Amino acid sequence: MPAFSCAFPGCRRDLLVIVLVVFVGIGLPIEASAPAYQSHGTEGSYLTNVTNTKKAFPVLAVNYKHVRQPFEIALWILLALLMKLGFHLIPRLSGVVPESCLLIVVGLLVGGLIKVIGEEPPVLDSQLFFLCLLPPIILDAGYFLPIRPFTENVGTILVFAVIGTLWNTFFMGGLLYALCQIESVGLGGVDLLACLLFGSIVSAVDPVAVLAVFEEIHINELVHILVFGESLLNDAVTVVLYNLFEEFAKVGTVTVLDVFLGVVCFFVVSLGGVLVGAIYGFLAAFTSRFTSHTRVIEPLFVFLYSYMAYLSSEMFHLSGIMALIVCGVVMRPYVEANISHKSYTTIKYFLKMWSSVSETLIFIFLGVSTVAGPHAWNWTFVITTVILCLVSRVLGVIGLTFIINKFRIVKLTKKDQFIVAYGGLRGAIAFSLGYLLSNRHQMRNLFLTAIITVIFFTVFVQGMTIRPLVELLAVKKKKESKPSINEEIHTEFLNHLLTGVEGVCGHYGHYHWKEKLNRFNKTYVKRWLIAGENFKEPELIAFYRKMELKQAIMMVESGQLPSALPSTISMQNIQPRAIPRVSKKREEEIRRILRSNLQNNKQKMRSRSYSRHTLFDADEEDNVSEVRLRKTKMEMERRMSHYLTVPANRESPRPGVRRVRFESDNQVFSADSVPTVHFEQPSPPSTPDAVSLEEEVPKRPSLEADIEGPRGNASDNHQGELDYQRLARCLSDPGPNKDKEEDDPFMSC
Amino acid sequence: MGSRASSLLREEEIEEIKKETGFSHSQITRLYSRFTSLDKGENGTLGREDFQRIPELAINPLGDRIINAFFPEGEDQVNFRGFMRTLAHFRPIEDNEKNKDPTASEPLNSRINKLLFAFQLYDLDRDDKISRDELLQVLRMMVLRMMVGVNISDEQLGSIADRTIQEADQNGDNSISFNEFIKVLEKVDVEQKMSIRFLH
Repeated sequence: MPAFSCAFPGCRRDLLVIVLVVFVGIGLPIEASAPAYQSHGTEGSYLTNVTNTKKAFPVLAVNYKHVRQPFEIALWILLALLMKLGFHLIPRLSGVVPESCLLIVVGLLVGGLIKVIGEEPPVLDSQLFFLCLLPPIILDAGYFLPIRPFTENVGTILVFAVIGTLWNTFFMGGLLYALCQIESVGLGGVDLLACLLFGSIVSAVDPVAVLAVFEEIHINELVHILVFGESLLNDAVTVVLYNLFEEFAKVGTVTVLDVFLGVVCFFVVSLGGVLVGAIYGFLAAFTSRFTSHTRVIEPLFVFLYSYMAYLSSEMFHLSGIMALIVCGVVMRPYVEANISHKSYTTIKYFLKMWSSVSETLIFIFLGVSTVAGPHAWNWTFVITTVILCLVSRVLGVIGLTFIINKFRIVKLTKKDQFIVAYGGLRGAIAFSLGYLLSNRHQMRNLFLTAIITVIFFTVFVQGMTIRPLVELLAVKKKKESKPSINEEIHTEFLNHLLTGVEGVCGHYGHYHWKEKLNRFNKTYVKRWLIAGENFKEPELIAFYRKMELKQAIMMVESGQLPSALPSTISMQNIQPRAIPRVSKKREEEIRRILRSNLQNNKQKMRSRSYSRHTLFDADEEDNVSEVRLRKTKMEMERRMSHYLTVPANRESPRPGVRRVRFESDNQVFSADSVPTVHFEQPSPPSTPDAVSLEEEVPKRPSLEADIEGPRGNASDNHQGELDYQRLARCLSDPGPNKDKEEDDPFMSC
Repeated sequence: MGSRASSLLREEEIEEIKKETGFSHSQITRLYSRFTSLDKGENGTLGREDFQRIPELAINPLGDRIINAFFPEGEDQVNFRGFMRTLAHFRPIEDNEKNKDPTASEPLNSRINKLLFAFQLYDLDRDDKISRDELLQVLRMMVLRMMVGVNISDEQLGSIADRTIQEADQNGDNSISFNEFIKVLEKVDVEQKMSIRFLH
């Protein structure tokens, strides 16, 4: 590659990369789809041969059939990921065209190639889609759903999701039926129910497509949550309408009773889905309460309970998406209070990883299925569908916003409305639902073609143009803000204020019920679902702790504070301290920090029961943390007291000095808690677990940099001038103390 | 039965309140009936004990401060005008009000006035600064309000208070002035956070 970069100008190298990636990518699945004839051949010949002559022992044999299925699956996934990789190597392309479009194009190419060589390209199997590809994306969305904007706008979202989808369905279905009645179109055989069924499939905004496109445009929070929330919640409506019209189409006639039952069914489906999700969510939260000794499997509980929620609700024909969302939302606060920091990171990354893979696969398969699928093209029908989609969406949004704005405090502006309307993308769910249509419908192929065209139109045209439009209209973008303790405190302050004022007005409004829910949560629910004493921790404190943690990590990573400061977050006294940015403040800080309850920590470290299930070997971890603890303290002391140039005891063995240190530290300890900071250095073997619930080792920030150096210099006792002297005394005279100290560290725990 | 004459609201009064606070006619009458229901003594004014009778305020960590906010400086009774004036801060901001005549005085429910109201709830001694102690008091009330057995020491709250001030303080006086307060909350949607739809 370096050779190329010299010889070729930049763009040609990019082209080369994409060509290479495409060929590699395409070559793989073709190889996979090639039927495994070789294995048959060898087997056959082997059988025939064995009767005639003694065949030589097969040193090397090919048995593709044996591994065929997993092999193909793995190859497809690999293809998807290589494509994704390729796109991001080409900077200009990924800036202009959203990833989803590129992936569909790749899918088209692959499908075309497969067809060219005479194979049958695989179609996006609906069962595979709904059971394997969709759940990770929805779980990722639900688990990380921003709760505050969601609950503030839940009314608006519901109106858009339910009424908007209904409007779209009937508007489109009705007009298409009217279209089919026109003789010249030649589609006389389509009845109203079939059209309505088609309308219901096409009208639902798709969460996958919305996520894929909106993620790249960083629109402001309000519009994002409106479109996104709508795409998630309209699943219930879609499920009901789809099943309803399927049934009606089978029967052929509709009575008033059927309509009434349909409405009842809607409530059952949505509320049932919510209920199932909530049950599994609470189960997961409850289970996580007991996982303190088996940290490694914690993420699995989260994934499995959510997946079970999805499957259970699908089993009853309830809304699986809503179950998944509710499960994630319900279990998150409790699970996060219980699990370790590592598990949290694992969950986050696994969810992101799976949803990313799923999304990529979905779009590629969409492309491939387009090439494969049976098509019946009818210009009028398809074009009308596309136009009607747009028109009905725009009309729906404008009409509904007009009504909604009467009830909103913060009104939706015209720009917001435009983005909401324009961002209503259709995607793979529509395709899969269409694919599920039984062949009984004579218009199935036509419908499929129309659906695919709509999807392509929305994803390509709307997806590609939405970013320049957002720029053009100067729509408010998302404000990147780092967590601020001020905002948190003042927001909570305002909440209390508003609740109080609502009480004065005698009005039971938003704040009143939120406050009631909070109180109920604190007194009854948290007690059962959160392990240990954590449930009493006020949210403000938890927030502060997490914020300090994040900042500490950031500061260390950016090299601002090279020295790792030993610190601890003990159970009861959870409050990390801000790292002062000024070095003169730092000194004082460090002094206070070291006056912390390291003793408590030592106790915890020893008394914890290690098992096979922790991530480290017990002994090693014990030693490692001990050593690290001392290392870091010494390092710190060394830096602190640079002016104390006591090079004494260079040869003094480590243990000796360490014990001296402990002795002095023990003297230093005070009973009450002192603000401490927890620092993390992302260094192997472990990322120090800062959110130390009682089980985890509050890992000392590992100063992996070798701390050889003159131990003798580290003499500061961090409690003031006389401490310096005391320690100097200890150091210069380790003899008498040594014996005494032998026992101390061990006895003090 | 005492005379009910004092409980009738005169039209001129309604007009004046409307002009001052921006509430609509129906709003004013609605809030007036609430006022009278709170006014157990039936003397046309509310005292502190009337407010303390409201259950939501009793369990609210900021209850006392909210009550104090209704009473003008040094007084012990508040009449309906004062009541409305305080509540006017929580009226949602109308779109059409944003384009009002710039020479007119700032309406009571503008963003600045909302923030000023909140600021004054922190700043009890009215020195236009939120000092560390004032912040600490508020934190203590909010964090410790209903949890018995939560042992969060003052020192811990102190460090949070320090951190808060450090984040907001720009002129280095170790306290939060009103301008710094505004700046810190610029990302928070105050118009929505400090409005009660009921008062629309």
